Amino acid sequence: MNHSAERSVTTYLTGFVLAVILTAIPFTLVWGGFLSGMAVYAVIAVAAILQVLVHLVFFLHLDLKSTPAENLFFLGFAAVLIFIMVGGSLWIMTDLHHRMM
Amino acid sequence: MTETAMATDLLEEEEQKSLQSREFGFWVYLMTDAIIFALLFATYVVLSKNSAAGPTSKDVFDLRHTAGETALLLISSLTFGMATIAMARGLSGRVLMWLVVTALLGFAFLAMELAEFQGMIAKGAGPDVSGFLTAFFTLVGTHGLHVSFGTLGILVMIVQIPLKGLTPPVRSRLLRLGLFWHFLDIVWIGIFSVVYLPGVM
Repeated sequence: MNHSAERSVTTYLTGFVLAVILTAIPFTLVWGGFLSGMAVYAVIAVAAILQVLVHLVFFLHLDLKSTPAENLFFLGFAAVLIFIMVGGSLWIMTDLHHRMM
Repeated sequence: MTETAMATDLLEEEEQKSLQSREFGFWVYLMTDAIIFALLFATYVVLSKNSAAGPTSKDVFDLRHTAGETALLLISSLTFGMATIAMARGLSGRVLMWLVVTALLGFAFLAMELAEFQGMIAKGAGPDVSGFLTAFFTLVGTHGLHVSFGTLGILVMIVQIPLKGLTPPVRSRLLRLGLFWHFLDIVWIGIFSVVYLPGVM
C-alpha cells in the first residue's frame, strides 16, 4: 500500500461519481416504485456489488500489480469464509423455515 | 559513510519494515471485521420478517433519512481521500483541513443515526420488541460504533499531525485510518442495499 504518490484527485473523483450513480439507481427505483418483484432485488444487488468494486479499486487502491499478494490472498480467503458461513447459514435457515411451515 | 549514518539508515529500514507489517496486520483485522459484518447481515436477513406483530420495516424506515446518511458517508470518503493526497504531497495544513471536514461529516452521520434510533425507540420500536428490531439495532449499531471509533481516530490524528509533523509513523497511521474509513463506507453500501431499500418495498 505504499504507492501513495500515484494517487491522484482524478482517481478519487472518478470513484466518487461512479459511487453516486450506483447509489442513485437503486434509490430512484425503490423511491419511484418503478419495476417490481425480483427485478428490483436484482438491480439493488448488482448496483451494490459494482459499488463495492468501485470502492475497492478507486478508494482502497486495490489492483493486481501494486497491492501486495498476501493482501489479495487474505481478501480472497475472507471472501471464501464469508461465502461458506453466510451461504451455509441462509441455506440451513430457509430449509428449516420451509420444513416448519 | 560514517558509522552513525549507517546506523541511522539501518534504523530507518527497520522502521519501514515494522510499519509495513503493521499495515498488513491492519488489513488482516479489516478482513476479520468484514466477516463479523457478513454474519450480522446473515442474522438480519434471517430475522428481518420476524416482527412479532410489532412494527415492521415499512413502518420504521424513512428512505429520505437513509439517503442523507448515505450522502454524508460517501462525501466523507472523498474528503478522506483528499487528505491522503495532501499527505502524499507533504502539505500538512491541507491534510488537517480535510481531516476536520471528514470528522464533521462523521459527526453529522452519527447525529443522524442517533436521531433515527431515538425516534424509533420513542415510537415503540426499540431493540427489545422483536427479532427484526434486535437484528436491525445490532447490525446498524455495530456499524455506528465503528464510525464513532473512526471519528475518534480522526480527532487523534488532528492532534498528532501538528505535534509530530508528517513523520513515517504518522503517515502510516493516517493510511491505516483511511483504510478503516473507506471500509466502513463499503459496509454502509451493504446496509442500505440489504436493510433499508428492501425494507421499504
